[in-house]
Amino acid sequence: MSDIGYTSQPTAQAASHAVEPEASFGDFFALLKPRVMTLVVFTALVGMLAAPVPIHPFVGFCAILFIALGGGASGALNMWWDADIDAVMRRTKGRPIPKGKVTPDEALGIGVALSGLSVIMLSLATNWLAGGMLAFTIFFYIIVYTMWLKRSTPQNIVIGGAAGAFPPVIGWLAATGSFAIEPWLMFLLTFMWTPPHFWALALFMRNDYDDAKVPMLTVTHGRRATRVHILVYTVLLAVLAIGTGFTAVGGPVYLAVALVLNGLFLAGAIRIWRRDETMSEADDFRVERRFFRLSLIYLAAHFAAILVEALLKPYGLGGWG
Amino acid sequence: MSFHEPHELHKRRLGRNVGLGVVLAAFVALIFGLTIVKVTETDFSKAPVQVSE
Repeated sequence: MSDIGYTSQPTAQAASHAVEPEASFGDFFALLKPRVMTLVVFTALVGMLAAPVPIHPFVGFCAILFIALGGGASGALNMWWDADIDAVMRRTKGRPIPKGKVTPDEALGIGVALSGLSVIMLSLATNWLAGGMLAFTIFFYIIVYTMWLKRSTPQNIVIGGAAGAFPPVIGWLAATGSFAIEPWLMFLLTFMWTPPHFWALALFMRNDYDDAKVPMLTVTHGRRATRVHILVYTVLLAVLAIGTGFTAVGGPVYLAVALVLNGLFLAGAIRIWRRDETMSEADDFRVERRFFRLSLIYLAAHFAAILVEALLKPYGLGGWG
Repeated sequence: MSFHEPHELHKRRLGRNVGLGVVLAAFVALIFGLTIVKVTETDFSKAPVQVSE
């Protein structure tokens, strides 16, 4: 019998239920890391639309949905495994498991079920290569990054960043069913962008990673070394991002966007490199926070430019002709 | 015996049930749509790879 809306002993039941940490639908949805999912959806969509083979709009919609679902499943499994870390860090304390809204077992169940569902459905909707790549991405994010690298090496975010970089490759595979160089250029863009993005975050989150005993670069090599690393990786990223402008996925629009944003990004990295902890503490890490926000715009704008180039191609305008 | 205002927990449970219902209905619609697209897009006039070949 359903107990919704009716009870013969309201006071006693209400009192006992009041202490039950029962999850709402939103809590389960939060397990899927919806904000990370937006990045997955957008980059996968660009990978798919940049492909030279057209895909049926409905199949394309389904493919993006299942890629997002696979990303969400990874998020749930990550929260299951990292519940101890999440409970310590200020940034992640409010997640459903540390808050006691969702049990780790529930997160594990949802993560495993959605992983299987997303891989099978993407394979059926598009092709087995795309499904296999999605399965490999989930494996890489959970087993390689979350379970192995994250707690064992300061290179965690460098190697683990590959997991977040795979979606455009999956999108491309969903449309074409075969590998090509173009989606791997998009992969490299996200792969090289990830370290400076997360190291900037680690700088202004201060002791979060120390408290959680996660060997981020700030913890193992110090904050000075992290500032140097941000600059070095930003230089390498700028070379890659601008160089991509002269390839098959680039074009005049992309090159203009890349030149402006890499100039701004490099300037931000240099500012971070020139500062020390006293200066950063004095203005509450204003430069580091600004660099982090810019990094979000940076990646979105680069992929938007790739999309513009791809959408202009049928009219003879995109790319280098 | 009387009806009372639903407890906050009941509201949450109802929201969860409705949410799951919507997700399942959307999944059914998705499978139906995919089936239609796959059936109409596939050229059934050509035989698949001949087993005898």
